[in-house]
Amino acid sequence: MARGTRTSLEVSVRAGARIYTGAMLVFLIVPVLVVLPLSFTSGQLLVFPLPGWSLQWYEDFFTNPIWTNALRNSVWIGVVVTALATTLGTAAAIGLHGCKARWAGAVMALLVMPLAIPVVIVAVATFYFFAALGLVGTYAGIVLAHTVLALPFVVVTVSATLQGFDPNLVRAAASLGASPFLAFRTVTLPIIAPGVVSGALFAFVTSFDELVVAIFLSSPQQRTLPRQIFSGVSENISPTITAAAVVLLVVSVALMGIMELLRRRSEKLKMAGGQTT
Amino acid sequence: MLALMAPSVVFVCFLFALPIVLFLFRAIDNAEIPEALPRTTAAIAEWREGELPPEPVYAALVSDLAALRGTPQLALLARRLNYAIPGFRGVVTRTGRLLPQSMPESPKAALIAIDATWADPAAWGVLRQQSGKVTDFYLLSALDLKRDPSGSVVDVDRDHAIFVDLYGRTLTVSIGVTLLCVAIGYPVAAVMAQATPAAANWLLMAILVPFWTSLLVRSTAWVILLQNEGLVNKTLIWLGAIDAPLALVFNRTGVYIAMVHVLLPYMILPLYSVMKGISPSHLRAAASLGASPVRVFFTVYLPLTMPGVAAGATLVFVSAVGFYVTPALVGGPRDQMIGYFIAYFTNSAVNWGLASALGAFLLVLVAATYLVLGKLVGFERLKVR
Repeated sequence: MARGTRTSLEVSVRAGARIYTGAMLVFLIVPVLVVLPLSFTSGQLLVFPLPGWSLQWYEDFFTNPIWTNALRNSVWIGVVVTALATTLGTAAAIGLHGCKARWAGAVMALLVMPLAIPVVIVAVATFYFFAALGLVGTYAGIVLAHTVLALPFVVVTVSATLQGFDPNLVRAAASLGASPFLAFRTVTLPIIAPGVVSGALFAFVTSFDELVVAIFLSSPQQRTLPRQIFSGVSENISPTITAAAVVLLVVSVALMGIMELLRRRSEKLKMAGGQTT
Repeated sequence: MLALMAPSVVFVCFLFALPIVLFLFRAIDNAEIPEALPRTTAAIAEWREGELPPEPVYAALVSDLAALRGTPQLALLARRLNYAIPGFRGVVTRTGRLLPQSMPESPKAALIAIDATWADPAAWGVLRQQSGKVTDFYLLSALDLKRDPSGSVVDVDRDHAIFVDLYGRTLTVSIGVTLLCVAIGYPVAAVMAQATPAAANWLLMAILVPFWTSLLVRSTAWVILLQNEGLVNKTLIWLGAIDAPLALVFNRTGVYIAMVHVLLPYMILPLYSVMKGISPSHLRAAASLGASPVRVFFTVYLPLTMPGVAAGATLVFVSAVGFYVTPALVGGPRDQMIGYFIAYFTNSAVNWGLASALGAFLLVLVAATYLVLGKLVGFERLKVR
């Protein structure tokens, strides 16, 4: 760790640490990647070596009504959840940013609370509550429950973007005669857009990947993709499940990857801004 | 500003906070019995235990059960009383079915003639204990305790005692997973923090991609990898390390492997951000004063990284205690944790009071961890990125 001469012990510790790190990264990444080749197997069993390559399991996934229905449910529920959570969460984040009162911290804590509680408790509590309201086994029920889980991500991401936002800009727009809505649309929104988009992506992935709430709230008609995979794995794993898992994986990794790019871009901008001012 | 926050606050209060409060209340709620047996629960309050209740109590029960006859409430009441007095389901349904159409001369004799349990003061004692609007029955059950007919708290029979074991198992697995994550994650985060920016970027991606992948996909992948014909066993056999496949999945080993895999990023990412913030000049200063690398590590580096270890360990532990899906997929019947039993008592066994009591204890465990470790670490550190 010191500059200059290194003892042989130090060199071997460093080499050891690197090999260890490499091994652990293999441990982290291999299980994620292993479903990829398996989903293209021409055989019936999920074993290596693959007997040959085939798209048959993807064909099954995209034509079998059980899977197409699950995919359609997941996409639609995800889109509605994203719209709801992004609208509510962005408004709340802007409100919190402009509010200097002491209780603003308590509001923030309340809004992120769903992340802190084990999701199985949230799911069961929602199930009892929705059972009384007749919302179990409805699309509305799943959408509302997913929105509760997605909202904290939007609030947190948009709040983070607002950290660097100067409220005087809105005041300037207002003094020039802009209505609050016009000021929001032309001044605030373009500046916080990366945060809003990140929050929206986060909200979509949260809903798209969500399983536990779906287990309790969905009837067979509303089965989402994760819910369908879960029942498949609990019964017997057919290769179609690996195709479904790859679809789930590609969507979430792609969207989260876009989010990461947005995050890095805004960090760079922040640093550049910090240098000029 | 208030108008902008209000919709979210109302939304979360109504669809999150209220359901959680109602869920916790279910752990002590006993309205079912007083509502089904209004006359009996009122009459029984007068009764002194030790002997059989007087005729009016029996008469009250006859009228209550007569009112319930033919309604679904009778079956619900029978199920509810069966939790407290095993075998009572049959007693209640039989009594409801065989009840005379009009009030008999002696309700006491009539009920005892239908079922001899009504001549047992102990059964009446339990019924009286269960006649309040709230009950400690579910909370006690979730601790393997019950009240005996005299009202004092005693252990349940050994055959029925499953929950203390369950908490022990949940804690053992969660602490084990947390320690494994610290042991595996610490060197990885340290190597990442000292790597060149380009290398660190690649390492970060290797951690973020699994982190972004759904827990379900990762647990499924482990089932595939660890099964007898799976890649891990096949590789070990090919290497000659083993002759027959090892049992790696649907047991505790599988649970540890998959849970560590799922939770490791929650350890590495906060630890990495703390380690990246440590100025190398601290380490150089210590070394230039003659400290050996081992000493630099233990007296400078390790103490500086402790906030990251504590933050990561808190995140891993509170996630682990609430796990449900991963143990359900990769564990065996004896590896299930609290979350599984909350789901089980909600869906399969339909004992919502007990599910709520288990949920209440899980919530207490999570809240206590946050309060103790969160205070220690600082809540603002408790985020992954």
